[in-house]
Amino acid sequence: MNSEQTNFELEPGLRVRPIENGTVIDHIKAGQALNVLHILKLPGQFESVVSIIINSPSKYGKKDVVKIENRELKVKELDKISLIAPSATINIIRDFKVLKKNRVEIPEYVEGVVQCINPNCISNSSEPITSKFRVYEEDNIINLRCIYCERIISEDIADHLL
Amino acid sequence: MKDFSKEMIDHILETAEKLESIAVMKERSDMLTGKVLAVLFFEPSTRTRMSFETAMIRLGGEVLSMGSVDASSISKGETLADTIRVVQSYADAIILRHPKEGAARMASEFSSVPVINAGDGAGHHPTQTLLDLYTIKRESKLEGLKIALAGDLKYGRTVHSLCYALSHYGADITLVSPDELRMPYEIIKDLEARGMKVRETDSIDEAITEVDVLYVTRIQKERFPDPAEYLRVASSLQITPELLENAKSHLKIMHPLPRVNEIDPLVDNTPHACYFKQAFYGVPIRMALLALVMGAME
Ligand SMILES: [Zn+2]
Repeated sequence: MNSEQTNFELEPGLRVRPIENGTVIDHIKAGQALNVLHILKLPGQFESVVSIIINSPSKYGKKDVVKIENRELKVKELDKISLIAPSATINIIRDFKVLKKNRVEIPEYVEGVVQCINPNCISNSSEPITSKFRVYEEDNIINLRCIYCERIISEDIADHLL
Repeated sequence: MKDFSKEMIDHILETAEKLESIAVMKERSDMLTGKVLAVLFFEPSTRTRMSFETAMIRLGGEVLSMGSVDASSISKGETLADTIRVVQSYADAIILRHPKEGAARMASEFSSVPVINAGDGAGHHPTQTLLDLYTIKRESKLEGLKIALAGDLKYGRTVHSLCYALSHYGADITLVSPDELRMPYEIIKDLEARGMKVRETDSIDEAITEVDVLYVTRIQKERFPDPAEYLRVASSLQITPELLENAKSHLKIMHPLPRVNEIDPLVDNTPHACYFKQAFYGVPIRMALLALVMGAME
């Protein structure tokens, strides 16, 4: 698995420098890179170098790539990313080498990650509960079904992230 | 209701059948003696509440009813979760009706005793669906049924839920509605994927000649900005004795009640009228649910 980082270097001449340590999120659905940054609250107080490539041509059509130096992702962050970029791969980089490469895993349930779009849902009231959705894929589209009101979110999930 | 398996539904319907003689007082029961049922209605629905209370009393149990919503702590801002945590220590089961969708599901997370959903907002009202199925079983047939649904099929969650439940039995469905109130396409698609035959028409005259059951729902005035348009639509779907001349002799007409003018009162005395019987069937169905959730029957 210790392949060179050039794996996800893009077209020749496209200058995004390799990173020494950190995370490369590759194969993000084109157009979702900024939402990924939003999920990771980047750029924030965290002083890391972030590189973004948007609409890069690849074998499977256009994709976005995000490289973050000196940072690894938390499970909850990965869950969120999986909802908006289900085909993304997470590459953990140590000493310029890919230490680990995983596809994001789409969780069966997500809790406290997305807000229900139904204004009359009990999860949008002052009750002491967090939103909870069952996640399922249909025709390559991620759907979230609220376990309380059963309303389904299938478009623009990024707009409803908490 | 989508989550109810056919086995569960059949079991509830069979249990209701066993309890029907108690519901009509041919037999007395002490099945739930000593048990307490808490009835929490955060929005009024007198009929549903009374039906649950009757069911509990007929099985020998006691009922604790929440007073009117204004007088109780909800108006002081208490959460439903807190109310449930308190009430579950007083009762053996809770009946909940609440304006928020998903309220019953949430309540069950905070309760150690069973919570039965008696309607949550525009969401689910599973006991209505079960009593509709029970009515069809007792007065017509569940297998090989031909049913027409007429009225507001767009917003009427009762009919959506009934259609999903009927999909277990493979019914042949005719949808009769004005253009503005047609059943959402996704639901029709979903029903067809479950192997049901679905047909749409705006003519009640045509639909009525072929079906075993006609299920009528109320069309709400508020859905029509123009009152004249409402009157035109409502009268085009009205069920009258003349219309029924072309119906099959065994046709049964159902309606969740209260009705306004969808069904001419002259229809009440025909053998087709089934809506008051339907209201009664709510009692054995709720008896069955109470007996099952409190472990008095298996
Ligand atoms: Zn919801």
